Amino acid sequence: MKVKTISRSTDEFTRERSNDLQRVFRNYDPNLRPQEKAVEYVRALNAAKLEKIFGRPFVGAMEHNEAISCMAKNPNHLKGIFAGSEDGDIRLWDITSRRTVRKFPGHRGAVRGLTANTDGSRLVSCGADCIIRRWTVPVEDSSDDSVKPEDFHISKNAYWGVDHQWKGDQFATVGAQVDIWNHTSNAPVRSFQWGTDTVISVRFNPGHPDLLATSASDRSITLYDIKTTIPIKKLIMQTKTNSIAWNPMEPMNFTAANEDGNCYSYDLRKLNEATMVHTDHAAAVMDIDYSPTGREFVTGSYDRTVRIFRYNGGHSREIYHTSRMQRVFCVKFSCDASYVISGSDDYNLRLWKAMASEQLGVLLPREKKRHEYDEALKNRYKHLPEVKRILRHRHLPLPIYKAAALRRTMTEAARKKEEKRKAHSAPGSISTKPLRKRRIVREVE
Amino acid sequence: MSVKATKEQRVKETEEEEISEDLDLKVKKYLRGGAANFDDLKDKKLKGQLSHREFLHGASAKAAAKYEKWLMPSEGGYLEADGPVEKTWRIKQEDIRREVDISSSRNQHDVILPEFSPYTLDFTSNGQYMAAAGRKGHLAIVDMKNMIPRREIQVGETVRDVVFLQDQSFFAAAQKKYTYIYGQEGIEAHCLKDQGAVLKLQFLKNHFLLASINKFGQLHYEDVSMGAMIGNIRTGLGRTDVMQVNPYNAVVGLGHSGGTVTMWKPTSSAPLVKMLCHHGPVSALAFHPNGHLMATAGKERKIKLWDLRKFEVLQTLPGHAKTLDFSQKGLLACGTGSFVQVLSDFSGTQNYSRYMNHSMVKGYKISNLLFRPYEDVLGIGHSMGWSSILIPGSGEPNFDSWVANPFETRKQRGEKEVHLLLDKLPPETIMLDPTKIGTVKTARKKEKSTTKEIEAEMEATIEAVKDGINMKKKTKGRSKPSKKLKKRQEIIAKAKRPFLEQQMQDGQLSIKKQKINEEVELPKSLQRFARKKAAT
Repeated sequence: MKVKTISRSTDEFTRERSNDLQRVFRNYDPNLRPQEKAVEYVRALNAAKLEKIFGRPFVGAMEHNEAISCMAKNPNHLKGIFAGSEDGDIRLWDITSRRTVRKFPGHRGAVRGLTANTDGSRLVSCGADCIIRRWTVPVEDSSDDSVKPEDFHISKNAYWGVDHQWKGDQFATVGAQVDIWNHTSNAPVRSFQWGTDTVISVRFNPGHPDLLATSASDRSITLYDIKTTIPIKKLIMQTKTNSIAWNPMEPMNFTAANEDGNCYSYDLRKLNEATMVHTDHAAAVMDIDYSPTGREFVTGSYDRTVRIFRYNGGHSREIYHTSRMQRVFCVKFSCDASYVISGSDDYNLRLWKAMASEQLGVLLPREKKRHEYDEALKNRYKHLPEVKRILRHRHLPLPIYKAAALRRTMTEAARKKEEKRKAHSAPGSISTKPLRKRRIVREVE
Repeated sequence: MSVKATKEQRVKETEEEEISEDLDLKVKKYLRGGAANFDDLKDKKLKGQLSHREFLHGASAKAAAKYEKWLMPSEGGYLEADGPVEKTWRIKQEDIRREVDISSSRNQHDVILPEFSPYTLDFTSNGQYMAAAGRKGHLAIVDMKNMIPRREIQVGETVRDVVFLQDQSFFAAAQKKYTYIYGQEGIEAHCLKDQGAVLKLQFLKNHFLLASINKFGQLHYEDVSMGAMIGNIRTGLGRTDVMQVNPYNAVVGLGHSGGTVTMWKPTSSAPLVKMLCHHGPVSALAFHPNGHLMATAGKERKIKLWDLRKFEVLQTLPGHAKTLDFSQKGLLACGTGSFVQVLSDFSGTQNYSRYMNHSMVKGYKISNLLFRPYEDVLGIGHSMGWSSILIPGSGEPNFDSWVANPFETRKQRGEKEVHLLLDKLPPETIMLDPTKIGTVKTARKKEKSTTKEIEAEMEATIEAVKDGINMKKKTKGRSKPSKKLKKRQEIIAKAKRPFLEQQMQDGQLSIKKQKINEEVELPKSLQRFARKKAAT
């Protein structure tokens, strides 16, 4: 006879000393965990509810004396952001303490463009007072809190925007024409003009340092190579593009924030149709900025909301609003992709979390694991009606909700009308363009 | 030298093969069913994503299997006979006591308390504590690890059943008129008056539901976390005290005096399953922990094993059983009179045969058998107290600290309770197949039979009618051959009629369909003036 029974000694299965950790034993046998799927579903539901409970994205506000018109990230300094306002005030904000670090006085009219160079030591500003000013950003611990401009350049026309190369020492200003400058010369190195209308925004390509895209009030998006003397391409849409942002991870793609409330993602090599149309805003999109990860971008709109889109998502993943926030003129993603900063008409810069329910601060490994598990559960059960309803729901103020509903009604009516017209015409005489092509007028080489 | 090397290699390879086969068997357990078939999927992107998911699932199953193979701290118990002459069922408890270590031999004991017996028993899910209820009003909580009675109370009235709630901190007792819930100090916490005189109690741990069946055959579900009655079902099948919860899906099984076994969930007033299992009253019922096997015992001297996936009988064994219980490893204990028999399916074939026997002192009547979780121990409640015997190989040797920890501290117990409450399942999740949650419900389409099949069916019915015609002999010329023929034709025509009517209808339908198709030919602008399609 051979016999053995289970016999566990307490010493083997418990901790030796009281300050040791408790010993943990695992057995992954499915028979020990009945109804594991139901348990998982309940956990997913709880995770979705917790996401809603902890979904408090607003971190804080920073106040100017006038409406914020433009912002610039300091690529070398994570917690600093430059903001310019309509009264000509430029400030460097410390976003951790939400205090002004430096003031850059000098502009008499609205500041329209701000940009910093790659190492964050120099700042360029331009404005409606027809002046470009170049500043040296002082190091952190100097006691004087206002800075004098290094030099300035006065022109005949107002400036609308400025952007610095990602790599190199040149920057471009736009207004009546596109001017390329470097930090040493007192006159533009090169100038471009294509058409007579005002150019309103400019962005350098993050991959190719000499490539830049501008948008103009003749509803065009134009691409320039600053090494050559003539522009490359021009795309004319039905409505004006207010701002452009390049995808930093896929630098052949850019997204245009359009006056019609949509954002259009384009591939530089194929401008005859948009790769994606991002709809949701109820009014004109004023500014756009990509996350450094290239997976998301943030938009600010005239409808008083900030939205976050996935780079390949047709609808927004998140909407931010507060009752006091007015029309948003500029938005920026922070350099670590975890915050969003918006500047609006109500004199305030607002700091938001990019993930509304993310836990801030250093996470313990157990906390991290827990968040990952919850995320996986939500992802697994996101299609089930109960979970979906909770995850999708966003509370909106009535005016925004109504405006969005009205917009939906209008687009639906237009679609129906088109359908009817098609039904009552000779077959093949009316062809519907896809939304990705519909707003494009023509492409000019 | 080289020959030797190749030999060694070969030995190594065969060993590796054996290991991989063994692992494959284990992986199957963790895969929880086969992989989905993506061949019909046309969306390449989705296909890629899903196959990646499947890959991850397979990898995690493999990791779990490897963990089981190499890293589990303890091995299961066993009892093996030497040679073909010795039989395992002839080995006595005394023989086992001599062979095993001291701590295990402490698990063999008898507690003689004749004045309050018979006793019913219940264990906590980690096997740390036992509740014993003497019929004459004795309730005891025993710490099984240290063999210390934690608390004893005398309620002074009949106690029919006792059951632990989520852990040892609360237990419910079915007493003479009402069910009472007691705290671990033996202080009465609740009295559940609306359930009536309860015969049998069961606790659904994942749902925090206390299920009870009362004298009038009413099944009640009480949510003990909120104190609300979730379900109140009149079974209408008479008084019974044969109740057991299927641990796999939390469906409650009831055995009735008519020989039927019914299965219930709190959200429907009709049984999910009603199956005739025995020709006499059902005396005991037990579910295998994997939920696919049910054992029933009938008063007509039969014990049956059922496959719960097909609802078919797998095995019929002779014998009475007053009480049945499955262990964690799938051993089946049957108790009748003063005799305990343990059956086992060697090598998991679901073919149960004798494994161990145990006879109590003559005159002891067994009322309740219960395997202690995570131990090789069988608890016996009987008419003279309670006993505990060793059944090697019955318990799960490796516990999971997050599921049930036999060495749980007070703090761990508290944390566990919080987690259990957070993961509390709603009563709607009780269903026959719990893996259905989160899956797509496929629309079931009734298949239309072909014309050939319809004709064959018609002919078959006509033949049946023809064979069945049996003319009575009648007087006064009513039995003339012509009349008989007419009658016969009438009967056949009557049998034919429903088929012909169906055919007519189908024919008309097809004509209608044609008409609709014609309408489609109209120019698009005129279609809105066309007659609306009739709902078919």
